[in-house]
Amino acid sequence: MNNIIAILKKQIKDTFKNKTVLIQFILFPVLTVIMNNTVRIDGMPMNFFVNMFAAMYVGMAPLTAVSAIIAEEKEQNTLRVLLMSNVKPYEYLLGVGSYIWLACMLGAAVMCAAGSYTLQGGLTFLGIMAAGILASLLLGAAIGTRSKTQMMAASVSVPVMMIFSFLPMLSMFNTGIAKVARFTYSQQVVLMLEQMDAQSLKPDSISIISANLLLFTVLFILSYKKCGLD
Amino acid sequence: MNRETQKSKSESTVIARELSFRFGTNQVLNHVSFEISAGEIFGLLGPSGAGKTTLIKLLTGQLKPDEGCAMLLGRDTGKLQAAEHNRIGIMMDNFGLYDRLSVYDNLSFYADIYHVSRSRIADILKNIGLYEARNTAAAKLSKGMKNRLSLARALMNDAGILFLDEPTSGLDPVTTREIHSVLEAQRKRGATIFLTTHNMYEAEALCDHVALLSRGRILEYGTPEDVRRKYNHLNRLMLTLKNGRTVSLENSSASALQIKEYLEQEAIETIHSTEPTLETVFIELTGEKLEACADRTGI
Ligand SMILES: Nc1ncnc2c1ncn2[C@@H]1O[C@H](COP(=O)(O)OP(=O)(O)O)[C@@H](O)[C@H]1O
Ligand SMILES: [Mg+2]
Repeated sequence: MNNIIAILKKQIKDTFKNKTVLIQFILFPVLTVIMNNTVRIDGMPMNFFVNMFAAMYVGMAPLTAVSAIIAEEKEQNTLRVLLMSNVKPYEYLLGVGSYIWLACMLGAAVMCAAGSYTLQGGLTFLGIMAAGILASLLLGAAIGTRSKTQMMAASVSVPVMMIFSFLPMLSMFNTGIAKVARFTYSQQVVLMLEQMDAQSLKPDSISIISANLLLFTVLFILSYKKCGLD
Repeated sequence: MNRETQKSKSESTVIARELSFRFGTNQVLNHVSFEISAGEIFGLLGPSGAGKTTLIKLLTGQLKPDEGCAMLLGRDTGKLQAAEHNRIGIMMDNFGLYDRLSVYDNLSFYADIYHVSRSRIADILKNIGLYEARNTAAAKLSKGMKNRLSLARALMNDAGILFLDEPTSGLDPVTTREIHSVLEAQRKRGATIFLTTHNMYEAEALCDHVALLSRGRILEYGTPEDVRRKYNHLNRLMLTLKNGRTVSLENSSASALQIKEYLEQEAIETIHSTEPTLETVFIELTGEKLEACADRTGI
């Protein structure tokens, strides 16, 4: 536990100096606040910008941040030294994972505050975001463990992130894509956010997100088994 | 605690038995064996590419040997646990520093990991000459300062055994001397030090035992004096003549006539004997030069 907190503290110190990661964390929350307060279109659905940016945030921020951080620590050999100092691999992963999850939840909280939600609506919003961020985090961690350098991580994480972020948008225009996109966590996050007020969460959505979480966990474990943190 | 240190004093702290290791088809280490006793400075001397870094990785469990075994504090290095990790300090050749964090924050992170009080950081930084630079980001440090920061981190947990990969490579003589005095102080404290170097002066000045490594094999092992004495036939007389020429002669009766001749001509400016150094021994054994090899690959 001590080591996990030490890693969390180290990451927090690094945040303000690591511009690539910092931008990931704050870009969409800031955009949400700005657009929500400046742009008004007639007939625009409730929380239009919040929903749009929240879905992108889930797909992009945790995935790119975690894969970049893990790959950088491998590339710079800092992870090697850390693991020689009696830090267990799971402690490192939990430290970095909890850091990114918390940072993204902070961003989600800003988005939530920018939208107009009831207390229960706000909590549901945060709950959906929490699950989405976790899924994205696991997928990113799988990419990070398989990459030796930051460049290699980006070459995989950027296309993967694009696919998951743009599928929901593309499926608005193409029913064929929509049929496939339905099974992605990012699409389900979009659906749940849109339908949040109308009805309670559909069991479908919850089981698809759970299946995504399970799949990414397995993917991560396989990556870890294959490459470890070397 | 006291009893534990007593115990580790009496046993060999690092043992390599018939270690062999390949990267693909490249046989990097070939049946390497040695023992390091507690409290000594052991120098592994060899040109770049000899396998020094690979050997450190095997000794610290970062790589597994293809053959043979390595023991650290009585445990197979493939199975090191918290107890061993807490008792070693490592400085690798590529530093492994957090570039964006300051000198101080790089160490405070490890203070947290090792449960060491923060007050120790300032002590170590002063000791190693980095206190003034404590707020500088690691990325902005010179190579010598990075070297020292990496060494400072290895010293954070008062480790019983230090593994230092080329701690002074590429440093100016002043910084090198500072690092040597830090290492001497560590030895006085009772630490065992394993260091690699391609600098024979460093090895002669600092080490209790040296091993000469070339192409994955240990060619010689012993105290620096023993190794040099064994190659005493390399002892030669160097004459500098008044006309600027230098002449190298065997230090034996065979050279007497020649020297007598020079003396009669009053041609000699200076004359002195050259003891074999680890460098000359190394050249004799391998035909390779230590520093030259290092420079060739270091470019
Ligand atoms: N990761 C690696 N993959 C393949 N070959 C390597 C690797 N690391 C080192 N080598 C090779 O192993 C040999 C010894 O390298 P190393 O142990 O780094 O030597 P030294 O530290 O003495 O300079 C060299 O021929 C080097 O090219
Ligand atoms: Mg090396």
